[in-house]
Amino acid sequence: MTTAAAPVRESVLSLTGINKRFGAVQALTDVHLDVAAGEVVALVGDNGAGKSTLVKVISGVYQPDEGDITFAGRKVTVGGPSEAQALGIATVFQDLALCDNLDVVANLFLGQEKRRGGLIDEVEMEKESWRLLRTLSAKIPSVRIPIAGLSGGQRQTVAIARSLIGNPKVVMLDEPTAALGVAQTAEVLNLVERLRENGLGVILISHNMADVQAVSDRIAVLRLGRNAAEFVTKETSTAELVAAITGASDNVVTARAARTGAADGSKGGPA
Amino acid sequence: MSQAPTEPTASSVAADASDERLIQSQGIGGVLSGFVNRVRGGELGMLPVIVGLIVIAIVFQLNEPTFLSSRNLVSITQFAAPVGVISLGIVLVLLLGEIDLSVGSVSGFAAASMAVLMDSRGWDLLPALLVGILVGTAIGCLYALLYTWIGVPSFVFSLAGLLAFQGALLFVLGDKGTVVLPQDSALRSFAREKFLSDGQAYVLLVVIVVAYVVSNLLTIRRRRAAGLTPPSLPLVLVKAGLLLVGLGYLTYYLGIDRGWSYLPVLFALLVFLVDLALRRTTWGRHVFAVGGNEEAARRSGIRVPAIYVSVFALCSTFAALGGILIAGQLTSVSQSSGTTDTNLTAIAAAVIGGTSLFGGRGSAWSAMLGIVVLQSIQSGLNLMNVDSSVRFIVTGAVLLLAVAIDSVSRKARTSSGRG
Repeated sequence: MTTAAAPVRESVLSLTGINKRFGAVQALTDVHLDVAAGEVVALVGDNGAGKSTLVKVISGVYQPDEGDITFAGRKVTVGGPSEAQALGIATVFQDLALCDNLDVVANLFLGQEKRRGGLIDEVEMEKESWRLLRTLSAKIPSVRIPIAGLSGGQRQTVAIARSLIGNPKVVMLDEPTAALGVAQTAEVLNLVERLRENGLGVILISHNMADVQAVSDRIAVLRLGRNAAEFVTKETSTAELVAAITGASDNVVTARAARTGAADGSKGGPA
Repeated sequence: MSQAPTEPTASSVAADASDERLIQSQGIGGVLSGFVNRVRGGELGMLPVIVGLIVIAIVFQLNEPTFLSSRNLVSITQFAAPVGVISLGIVLVLLLGEIDLSVGSVSGFAAASMAVLMDSRGWDLLPALLVGILVGTAIGCLYALLYTWIGVPSFVFSLAGLLAFQGALLFVLGDKGTVVLPQDSALRSFAREKFLSDGQAYVLLVVIVVAYVVSNLLTIRRRRAAGLTPPSLPLVLVKAGLLLVGLGYLTYYLGIDRGWSYLPVLFALLVFLVDLALRRTTWGRHVFAVGGNEEAARRSGIRVPAIYVSVFALCSTFAALGGILIAGQLTSVSQSSGTTDTNLTAIAAAVIGGTSLFGGRGSAWSAMLGIVVLQSIQSGLNLMNVDSSVRFIVTGAVLLLAVAIDSVSRKARTSSGRG
């Protein structure tokens, strides 16, 4: 937590009054979310809280039934993933979507290959890959090995690096540390901080409270498709977060914490 | 540009060689040890095929001393080429992890369409040939529609095509059963009688080697200017030398008999073009991407249906072209054109040459290597006067062996992290 949280800064991406229904299910009700440049906003919530739906609304996979999306001061509609990309909203999905049989360079530029005289310009792409990976201080030994030969953390690095190819303003990371070991998780968290230093707005979706608290500036909590709470990370305890996520101060996690005698004073969920 | 590269021009280490974990291998020795490592890791490349060819050559030569004669090698190159063209289309389909079982029937039907137009309708060769090839393209587009719109698996629609177009072949040929191409047809002489003269062959050879060296020199210069490790110049020169000597000797040896027929030259040109398209164009990159991970390709903004349409259309087009060349070679189209072994051989050749059945891995050159292996076996068994029953069994065994090698090397790749 190096930079001060500043929720009042002008937001680069702002959602207001988002509603989304699937048949009889109201997945999102009047949800709002703001991200400023150089800010990491964590989006947390229990299973079924509406995180994934919100991510898909932002990345253009779903259209909201109601509500406004403002991007860089302009009201926009996001018609699809490629439109989101063109606007400057990049998404790194949980399953990364990399081609195992292609090398790092090919994956980084997949769908946006650089060309020279009709043919793929491998030299330019490789040069650009190294530049990109260096700005992320990424630890990839060679960009000419197939993705299949990389570790989970390295793959995550490639996926994040790829999202930066089109110079986006906002990057959404869906569970970037879900399948990673301790060292690799730390590597990815470093990467998130590097994105913030580069002035990008970052939306981090995670189940892992430790990661969220380690790297985010603000935390937005969703519960049952509504905004349940919003915290400034460094002023918030784990107990408060858990309470907001589960919707009760009297929950399994705090009970357990109290029993083991390590609980903070919990203030109760602001439901 | 002629002195050996010692250090990159930049004072610092090249960007792609700066990681301390990279095992640096330099010079010819480094290349050899890198090759050994790749093979251990399951990256077999063309090794099994080359070993296979050597075994085939030894076995048949011991049994039948005319096997390695110039005359027989010329006939192998000549007869391998048309089916090789069909096999080239199969390589493309396999790269997507799909299959086309109907290439034989399509080749027969396209050739029959062309022959009937010339024979009964009195068309000229060129328009009839064009129609024949477009028949193939149209069939490929139909397949692509079935696949992308309706979602019929390629195995099923191509099996249906196998039967349907064999029927269409019989229908087009009608009562006659066999249509003979006109005596003076240019297609006949192209496929049977045209050979490169010695002068032409050696000039072509020099052009190929010079183009190889120049393109590598350009790569070296660009990579060095970009601060990346350039390919080693001595290695490039050694490869160019091997290419010159190898192809030169082959040209000399074939030249004792009739030399290079136009057919293998056309086939090699097609293989080269497809290889270039696969490795160096965005289309080719996207074919590999769709074959490796279709969902990832879609999310990268690749128009996946367009890739399927182009590949199925190309496959059937190559099948039609191959069928037409076979017709020229045999001088006629009959009810048995493109049946049984055309299909089998074309598909087997692609797999034997090293294109994976699992998609996303392979090369256009595998069509050439595979068809040379199969044609050599066929030719050797013919020379030994072996019954065709044995030929089928041997081809089947070789195919099984090739797929087994593919599967084993896939396991090795997984365990050594090469995917």
